[in-house]
Amino acid sequence: MSDTERRAILERYSSGERTNHWLIALGFVLAALSGLALFHPALFWLATLFGGGPWTRILHPFIGLFMMVVFLPLAASVWGDNRMQAADWQWLRHLQDVVNNREEHLPEVGRYNAGQKLLFFVIGACLAGLLLSGLVIWRAYFSLYFSIGVIRLASVVHSVCAFVLICAILLHIYAAIWVKGSLHAMLRGTVTPGWAWKHHRAWFRQISHAAHPRTRPD
Amino acid sequence: MALQSLDIVRRSATTTAPPGVREAYTGTVAKLIDTTKCIGCKACQVACMEWNDLRDEIGSNVGVYDNPGDLSGESWTVMRFTEYENPKGDLEWLIRKDGCMHCADPGCLKACPAPGAIVQYSNGIVDFHEENCIGCGYCITGCPFDIPRISKRDHKAYKCTLCSDRVAVGLEPACIKACPTGALVFGTKEDMQQHAAERVEDLKSRGFERAGLYDPPGVGGTHVMYVLHHADQPQLYAGLAADPHISSLVGLWKGASKPIALAAMAFTALAGFFHFVRVGRNEIDERDEAAARQALEAAPPHNAPPGPGAPPILNSPHNPNPDKRP
Repeated sequence: MSDTERRAILERYSSGERTNHWLIALGFVLAALSGLALFHPALFWLATLFGGGPWTRILHPFIGLFMMVVFLPLAASVWGDNRMQAADWQWLRHLQDVVNNREEHLPEVGRYNAGQKLLFFVIGACLAGLLLSGLVIWRAYFSLYFSIGVIRLASVVHSVCAFVLICAILLHIYAAIWVKGSLHAMLRGTVTPGWAWKHHRAWFRQISHAAHPRTRPD
Repeated sequence: MALQSLDIVRRSATTTAPPGVREAYTGTVAKLIDTTKCIGCKACQVACMEWNDLRDEIGSNVGVYDNPGDLSGESWTVMRFTEYENPKGDLEWLIRKDGCMHCADPGCLKACPAPGAIVQYSNGIVDFHEENCIGCGYCITGCPFDIPRISKRDHKAYKCTLCSDRVAVGLEPACIKACPTGALVFGTKEDMQQHAAERVEDLKSRGFERAGLYDPPGVGGTHVMYVLHHADQPQLYAGLAADPHISSLVGLWKGASKPIALAAMAFTALAGFFHFVRVGRNEIDERDEAAARQALEAAPPHNAPPGPGAPPILNSPHNPNPDKRP
């Protein structure tokens, strides 16, 4: 590999996008840890991280609101790239190939693959559910406006959404470790052309203005 | 272990059994509230205030005799007055002393996420230990009787303790001590059931054919019981629940689903780890870089002079602002 090749990189995430992503990540980690403390007795010790039970109860909803607020700009900026298309459903039908690192049979992937798109919508739906149910069970300010039946339902909805979101984010974190180069992309913003070519070829073509693939005898 | 009279049999947010060698062989305690003897004097409310050092804010008249209008962090018992016109057209003034029912299967304790904030003693009393309370209000969500209240002063949950401190040393609760008509009695649950049976028999002989004891089985029975003239219609008494039980939503929220959800989360994380072990990382190799290079060289960008070094490629060491999109 020559020096020029080693230095050849593509920008995938701007500094603004990266900051936004990691603010959401920070919000998620704090909200999840404080929420898990209240979720099951086996995890109540996590409350210590937030200064004890009462502080966990006080902070958790505000952390949640922070996560919602920082999610909005990211959601607005990636919304267009996350619309499901015909090729995405085809990609999902090849999930077996995806998890076994066989990308030859997959349709070309744009800026985001179908898994990332589904994750985006799962996160969005869970956050909406968490926000609405969370307001209902926020005893200090809002619970008094709701009937006991609604509060009980919201408690279940809040738990279910949190559970789905945590599982989804665990997969998201693993995917970043699994697909080498992804973590660097979100930390420093750049990927190599080969990375884009392999994992997001349609996006690669788009940004390099290479309209069609060429077959060349090697 | 503390006083034998305060042995704990159930503790909130605790998955292991509390110390259980000592058993309450003498049975449990109960307070019997005979609504048919109550004159609504509120002596019980005053006694509760006095013994427990509670002074609620002075409120305003809410249009009925209820005073204060509702339970609060500082008012653990409230007389609720209902004007009921019976089928004969006569007015009946039904007065019910409202407060914690001390359920055998307490919804508050089931819902509480703070270890040791709610306990159930071997004598049947359900007690809040406010020093462990985090103020989340889940006990309110779990309670089938709408009893616990979060105090606005300290954001802790409070309710009737059945004077656990008095009972622990062989005294009866303060409200019992103050009742001038004998509408409130206290003793073992067995004795109270017996006493209630005599009262019910008496009431039936006086024309209250539907008189009965309110000891709802939906919550495993309660350690505060009512004698009602209309036991077939408990809701007449300011909406006393006809068939109280822990809501199925609370059961779903706090039941087996929790450990299962926890296990599923752990499984998700483990699935990732074993995918890593079995399949491994998805990496790019030299062929991908070569193919990408070819594609870039083969298709120079529009509106750009042809030549090597296509614009989307940034040579980061020389680019003063690598974060800026080309």
